[in-house]
Amino acid sequence: MNRFLRYGLLTLAALSFVYPFVWMVSASLSSEGGLASLVLLPAGFTWANYTTVLSRIPLGRAFLNSAFVAIVTTGLVLVSGAMVGYALARLRFWGRDWIFYGIIFTMTLPFQITLIPNYITMVRLGWVDTYYALIVPFALNSLSILLFRQAFQGLPQALIDAARMDGAGELRIIFQILVPNILSTVLTITILTFMGLWNEALWPLIVIRDEPTMTMPQLVTLFSVGGRAEGQLGVKIAAAVMLAVPIVTMYLFFQRYFIQSMASSGLKD
Amino acid sequence: MTTKHVTPYLLVSPYLVHFAVFVAFPVVFSVILTFHDWNIIAPMQYVGGANYARVVQDRLFWQAIGNTLRFLVVHIPLQIGVALLLAELLNRTVRGAAFFRAAFFLPVIVSGVVVTILWQQLLGFNSGLLNRLLVGVGLGRVAWLDDAGVAMYSIAVMATWKNVGLYVILFLVGLQSVPVAYYEAADMEGATAWQKFRYITLPIINPTLFTVVVLSTISGFSLFIEPYIMTEGGPMNSTLSAVMYIYKQAFQYYNMGYSATLGVCFALIILFVVVLQRRFIEQEV
Repeated sequence: MNRFLRYGLLTLAALSFVYPFVWMVSASLSSEGGLASLVLLPAGFTWANYTTVLSRIPLGRAFLNSAFVAIVTTGLVLVSGAMVGYALARLRFWGRDWIFYGIIFTMTLPFQITLIPNYITMVRLGWVDTYYALIVPFALNSLSILLFRQAFQGLPQALIDAARMDGAGELRIIFQILVPNILSTVLTITILTFMGLWNEALWPLIVIRDEPTMTMPQLVTLFSVGGRAEGQLGVKIAAAVMLAVPIVTMYLFFQRYFIQSMASSGLKD
Repeated sequence: MTTKHVTPYLLVSPYLVHFAVFVAFPVVFSVILTFHDWNIIAPMQYVGGANYARVVQDRLFWQAIGNTLRFLVVHIPLQIGVALLLAELLNRTVRGAAFFRAAFFLPVIVSGVVVTILWQQLLGFNSGLLNRLLVGVGLGRVAWLDDAGVAMYSIAVMATWKNVGLYVILFLVGLQSVPVAYYEAADMEGATAWQKFRYITLPIINPTLFTVVVLSTISGFSLFIEPYIMTEGGPMNSTLSAVMYIYKQAFQYYNMGYSATLGVCFALIILFVVVLQRRFIEQEV
């Protein structure tokens, strides 16, 4: 295939992935009549769609909820993943293999089975409509344990021995000595976890009914199907743009890491 | 030195607690639930195998399975075809490869909520961009989302658009592991492009192919937010997905026992389909 054709096809493909997003931003800044336009510049520039969404639903509050839940949970996933991953990689103890099989089992278990019982657990714990319901079930995940385990296995034993000689405890060994050596794994897990949490809509729809506790994807979903957008396309699109902006901004800065992280998780499955 | 023996267990204790509460208990409780009728408020009623008997006769359950299969029939081949093509194009491109990769990957990182709202506008009957383009070139409008025979396929195309960037990367990793010498040798033997693909490329990317098929299958059975926003399962339940049906039974009708039964049945079907695919793909190459 010649070069010209190849670049032509690639450019066409790239446009088909990027153009719809550009159109979306432009449409959100257009007056309702200007929505019909296919061009890239907003027709009849206006912020009205944004002010309308913000006056109908507490999107600012939902943004803070989403950010709080995603940041806290990602932190917990890193801490728990490093602890368990280290024990599996570097310590010998009875039952270690069983834990490993448990993790594999968890990863292959379809979530359709656990969805309803997990909701009932939340009801029993009194966690419905609280941040606990959004954080605790996701505070530990199998993939991050496996990634940490793999990274810790690759480090030299001398590093651990030297720290032990200096009288360091296991937690100090993990978080002060070893983790700084595997920052790329930490970054991978951070990106995967944060992105997954930021975009998750199903679980919040199940456990949160109280508007001030809702996350952004949930609130935008309910706004979009609940009739509060009243058929105004521009308003719906503005809500979607606000949901996309934080993650796309992160993507612009850490693009290479996003791609590497997702690829490594795909291959692990 | 007893602390030394306790340390590993302290370190893995978060895992043990999490596993007990969010994996082991739900699996066991799910199975118990399938033999009961329960609306969460009143006490559970033991009903024997009635829930399972109901699944077998439940039209909507089978329709959800059928919808998922119709989704997969379009989604999997399209995903593989487009991803392989783009990966192949990228594999030979040095200049600008990073830019193209980043562009293909954009929809992957964005929430399904955003993608669905966007595609709702693209596929709208009267003012959707796609229909306007069709009308513009002199063709008729298509009811992408309002025709029961079309809507699920539209969602399958949208899901492909959203995820294909990830699979391009996975295939690219696979393609780059093929030694160039193999192709050179094949060229000297006068092999055709198809022969080179079939006998050199395909066997090497076969594990990736399996990953893509399995991940697509799982995402098909996990569909929820896309049909929920796009069509709310309609028209005529043609886009009702497995997860949506579980959700409906649990949170609209409060049939916890029955929705748990649906969950177990869907999970068994997923495992069955994946095992079947594994055998098929292993035999093929």
